[in-house]
Amino acid sequence: MQTHEAKRVEITIEAMMQTRLTTALERAGVTGYTILPVFSGSGRSGNWTRSGQVSRASGMVQVICIIRPDRLDTLLDAALGVVESHIGVISITDCQALQAERF
Amino acid sequence: MDQILSLAAENLLSPIILSFALGLFASLSRSELSIPEAIAKGMSIYLLFAIGFKGGVSVASHGVDGTLVLSLLVGVILSAGLPLIGFALLRVMTDLDPLNAAAVAAHYGSISIVTFVAGTSVLQSAGVDYEGYMVAVAAAMEAPAILAALWLVARSGGAGKMDAELWREILLNGSIVLLVGSFAIGWITGEKGLAEIDAFIVAPFKGVLCLFLLDMGLVAGRGLRGGAGLIRPGLVAFGVLMPLIGAAAGLSAGVLLGLSAGGTALFMVLGASASYIAVPAAMRVALPKANPSIYLTMSLGVTFPFNLTLGIPLYVAAARAFTGG
Repeated sequence: MQTHEAKRVEITIEAMMQTRLTTALERAGVTGYTILPVFSGSGRSGNWTRSGQVSRASGMVQVICIIRPDRLDTLLDAALGVVESHIGVISITDCQALQAERF
Repeated sequence: MDQILSLAAENLLSPIILSFALGLFASLSRSELSIPEAIAKGMSIYLLFAIGFKGGVSVASHGVDGTLVLSLLVGVILSAGLPLIGFALLRVMTDLDPLNAAAVAAHYGSISIVTFVAGTSVLQSAGVDYEGYMVAVAAAMEAPAILAALWLVARSGGAGKMDAELWREILLNGSIVLLVGSFAIGWITGEKGLAEIDAFIVAPFKGVLCLFLLDMGLVAGRGLRGGAGLIRPGLVAFGVLMPLIGAAAGLSAGVLLGLSAGGTALFMVLGASASYIAVPAAMRVALPKANPSIYLTMSLGVTFPFNLTLGIPLYVAAARAFTGG
């Protein structure tokens, strides 16, 4: 089966910043992404769990984008502009995608 | 004094406070008890709708006068002014830097709608009437404190990020839309509208409030456990002193406006309460470098339990004493 090289970018960010991030991605031409809720985690800002959070300000989400390698820098510039001053992590993984026309 | 102690004792042994205490105990003792997120969200929607609707019906029954507009105006001034006092106190009483002091101060200018709902419940139990439009005053007091905090940060040489999207999120956050919207529905439909749905929004109200406060106790306990290392004696002292200052300002406002004992007590509750929904969300966007563990633990873990247990009975008794109600 024919596969194509792609980059999988995972951006974990505060829920409050979700719309700002996706708007920045769309402005940069990245229109395909998936958003997942985050249940719990631990990092530089301490332990965190979604259970019993009283407001959305304390929530976290993960935005996943699978893109062509040549569009990676554009995406990262857009994402970093939003994530840089907030709690969050950006990671990049090499992956293979089947339907190249979709990315 | 006897009246205050009697009301405080009655309040402490009420189902809503005991439910909160149960949640707090369960959380601090690391019990696995939890309220599913969707149910907690559903209860908060129910409570906001019920309190807004009943406030609107009250305005429809008693009519509107100039006091409503003045109360809204004074509420806005109070919300913008209290963070200035809070900021000055925090700089003297604690070692917080200007950024974190401004972020904490913003919470104390804004309001906690759950504390307000608990206040109305105590008033109803004590048979004390209040102006229905206090619901609208509560909504008006959410946002000005955020602007005051950003001004404080700018004055200290920092910079907050306030964009159009954040404005929209603050002014049209779900709680405000629901509260003001249900207030309008209650106002438009009046007693007739209330008669149609009172079996749903009047009788079950206190029971739902008990469960909601059980959840709030769990949340407050988790906050206390998580932020225990950050909250020093100066901050705890501020978390108890600032509500009393806010309540005194609310008392002055209520007396000057000529509000009833119940209305004055609710003005005190609004002045005393600290936000833990709207302001934390705004602070994460506008002042991302401020530490959320400090301001959330302060408002949820210190001030909210204080207001719920000792503050509200104190405010109700003081309001009755000063207004003769």
